[in-house]
Amino acid sequence: MIRIEPRPAPSRAFAIGIPVLSALMALGFAAIPLLAAGANPITAYGEMVRGVFGSVFAVSEMLTRATPLIFTGLAAALAFRAKLWNIGAEGQLYLGAMAAVAVGAGAFDLPGLLLVPLIIVMGAAAGAAGMVAPTYLKTRFGADEVVTTLLLNFIILIFLQMMLEGPLQDPMGLGWPQSAPVLDQGMLPPLMDRMRVHSGLILALVLAAVAQVMLARSVWGFRLRAVGENAAAARHAGIRVNRSLFGVAAISGGLAGLAGVSEVAGLKGYLTADLSPGFGYTGIVVAMLAGLSPLGVVVAALFIASVFVGADSMSRAMGVSSFLADLVVSVSLLCVLVGGFIARYRILWSRKPEVAS
Amino acid sequence: MAAPLTDMTDHTVLRLNGLSKRFGPVVANDDVTLTLAKGEVLALLGENGAGKTTLMNMLFGHYLPDAGTVEVADQAGHLRSLPLGQPQAALGAGVGMVHQHFTLAENLNALDNITLGAEPLLALRRNRRAARARVQAIIDQSGLSAPLDVPVGRLSVGERQRVEILKALYRQARILVLDEPTAVLTPQEADTLFANIKRMTAQGLSVIFISHKLREVLAFSDRIAVLRHGRKVGEMATSDADEAAIARMMVGADTPKVAHQAATPGAPVLQLRGVSVTGRSQRDSLTDLDLTVHAHEVLGIAGISGNGQSALANVIAGLAVPSAGTVQVDDTPIPRPSPAAMVQAGVGRIPEDRHHEGIVGAMSVAENMVIERLNDPEIQSHGLLRRSAIRNNATRLAQAYDVRGPGVEAAARLLSGGNIQKLILARVFDRGPRLILANQPTRGLDMGAAAEVGRRLLEARDRGAGVVLISEDLDEILGLADRVVVIRDGALIQAPDKDRAKIGLMMAGEPA
Repeated sequence: MIRIEPRPAPSRAFAIGIPVLSALMALGFAAIPLLAAGANPITAYGEMVRGVFGSVFAVSEMLTRATPLIFTGLAAALAFRAKLWNIGAEGQLYLGAMAAVAVGAGAFDLPGLLLVPLIIVMGAAAGAAGMVAPTYLKTRFGADEVVTTLLLNFIILIFLQMMLEGPLQDPMGLGWPQSAPVLDQGMLPPLMDRMRVHSGLILALVLAAVAQVMLARSVWGFRLRAVGENAAAARHAGIRVNRSLFGVAAISGGLAGLAGVSEVAGLKGYLTADLSPGFGYTGIVVAMLAGLSPLGVVVAALFIASVFVGADSMSRAMGVSSFLADLVVSVSLLCVLVGGFIARYRILWSRKPEVAS
Repeated sequence: MAAPLTDMTDHTVLRLNGLSKRFGPVVANDDVTLTLAKGEVLALLGENGAGKTTLMNMLFGHYLPDAGTVEVADQAGHLRSLPLGQPQAALGAGVGMVHQHFTLAENLNALDNITLGAEPLLALRRNRRAARARVQAIIDQSGLSAPLDVPVGRLSVGERQRVEILKALYRQARILVLDEPTAVLTPQEADTLFANIKRMTAQGLSVIFISHKLREVLAFSDRIAVLRHGRKVGEMATSDADEAAIARMMVGADTPKVAHQAATPGAPVLQLRGVSVTGRSQRDSLTDLDLTVHAHEVLGIAGISGNGQSALANVIAGLAVPSAGTVQVDDTPIPRPSPAAMVQAGVGRIPEDRHHEGIVGAMSVAENMVIERLNDPEIQSHGLLRRSAIRNNATRLAQAYDVRGPGVEAAARLLSGGNIQKLILARVFDRGPRLILANQPTRGLDMGAAAEVGRRLLEARDRGAGVVLISEDLDEILGLADRVVVIRDGALIQAPDKDRAKIGLMMAGEPA
């Protein structure tokens, strides 16, 4: 009989050893397809490291990739703490991006000091609306938010395509399905000359720190944790469960919306339907990897961004198929997730149960 | 049972030899030796965690003992050693168990439940007629009557229990283990059960009867074995036993008896007028209910489970909004009851299911102690928790209410059941409530912890609080309450006095 139970008290060495071990396992597994493709794994891993840390440009690229993942990772982590399963960060990201170009691409000709906050607020509000609606369906009618938020992603994507060929289409865009660019003064300022990393990263880091403090130290966070861990006891103790859920829904959706704002107004400048290569979904992986801790999200996002950027760069440098990069990414994620599971739970292969019922 | 019952001889049908079982550092059973004679009722007594269930689980092959053997008599009466760790072997040897929580399929009728699993899986056609005849024969022989053709979900608890026993007898059990069989029964139903068991033991069945109700054990068993901390600490013929001696053996010291002194009730602290609640079923509904609880008064609400206790408790706790009627605490009407409103009005609530509703297990003991007063400026300022105040509060309460565990910063789920209840008591009593709702406050607690709960409730009453005590344990109500009402089918009936037999009849729905 196989039984899985939480580890009572994982030691510190264990908590650090397991992730290191799983990273090494990932490298070992990923070497198999690399060898099959005729590449030397050692050289390939060297290229991966160089692709992430080998130059200021490489680091900037990695941070640029990590920025939206911090936002979507936080979106998932906070909602999941309340057991509100927001699978719709991808759609909320696009809602935020649409709101950003709707107000930022010429509708209001304001100075940057006003326009940037306006874009941020409107983007967050649009994302929030995208999560509050399914939460209403959940609390009012018992509709499972996993289903509604997931399906909303596709609805929003199709809505986006409609908008990009309609009201939001760039009149100067030669008929391409893309929006007009965000005004120059509405763009999030870059952090370094000639580099793509932008101040959206600073916003993400600040929000992660705020989320950490709010979750651990505030009454709001207390209620959120209570609702997530035991809604019946929270209700019995006089905590308004639905109100907590709506609050965290708005914040979770808002954070996902900010991922869209940050990509449009920090990086791309205009909106297309391929703005996000699945940042919303990857955010869920980030959050799980982080054990739903906001500061952990930052670390996990940096890790995943490193693997993405490093594997990409490696496949270019080694001349192997870019699919191999995807494979390396997937294998690393699987290893780290399994490692995290083993760190938290132990698996017993025994015939007799260990603990009295 | 189908085999003719042999004459009664006093030979041994079951012998447990030196059974020991450890779970990590915890010794659940230590060298326990027990024998059971044919036709005998052996009462296995002990507090929660004394090792009764572990012992029975080893007998049934659910656990593999670290040491010791089990021997069961075969049809011819010869003791044969039972292969350990194999539930099928125990069943095959004629050992049957009736669990405290029934294992019946509610949508099937009694006949199907009884025969389920005892037939070959791949039989083309079920021979229902033969099965029915056999079940009927067992019913005639044992006196255990139950309607066979009604879905079990519609049977009363007593009837379901009889179906469980019939199920074991149908599998030709010669040894029957009953785990706290009377916990869910009215006193009258319990008496019927005992009469049936007497009849069956006279026919050669042997019974092990797990309980911690001393009164019924003394009334009904032949022999008593007491477990404490996994060891057998005493064994005696019931005729030689007295209540105080056994209680001492169970807890290792004199039982803390709660002394109940009468008090003069004061002004009303809770008034329910014409309250109706429409629940999902009859079981959690109330109809046009009036209830007044006074200061300096413990009002006991007796009843068989599922007669509206939950609905009444939910109204007082603020969890249910009545569809009609008014709720008033002290002089303040509560127009829109909610948990927060009731706490605000001075109602302290001890929930029925302390793990599910009482605590957030993953959060710390300290956090659970303040969970009802998050808006209190002592606990928070500007939305941020005052962590040192929360910790100091917890340390003080843990001391005052003797909450033991790995510390106030540890997760509340790490506490034992008794300490979780003390945590809840601390949270409730520390605020000096006007009214206390205690819903099954001692369920699952050992005698020491239960006595502590009773003492605290009476203490609160003496300070001037009104107490609503909802319990399925009539002895507990009779021991603590100043006044008793019976709840049945969502309505309250005043009990004329604290007369056990009359109240039992009223619980069962017969005119007193």
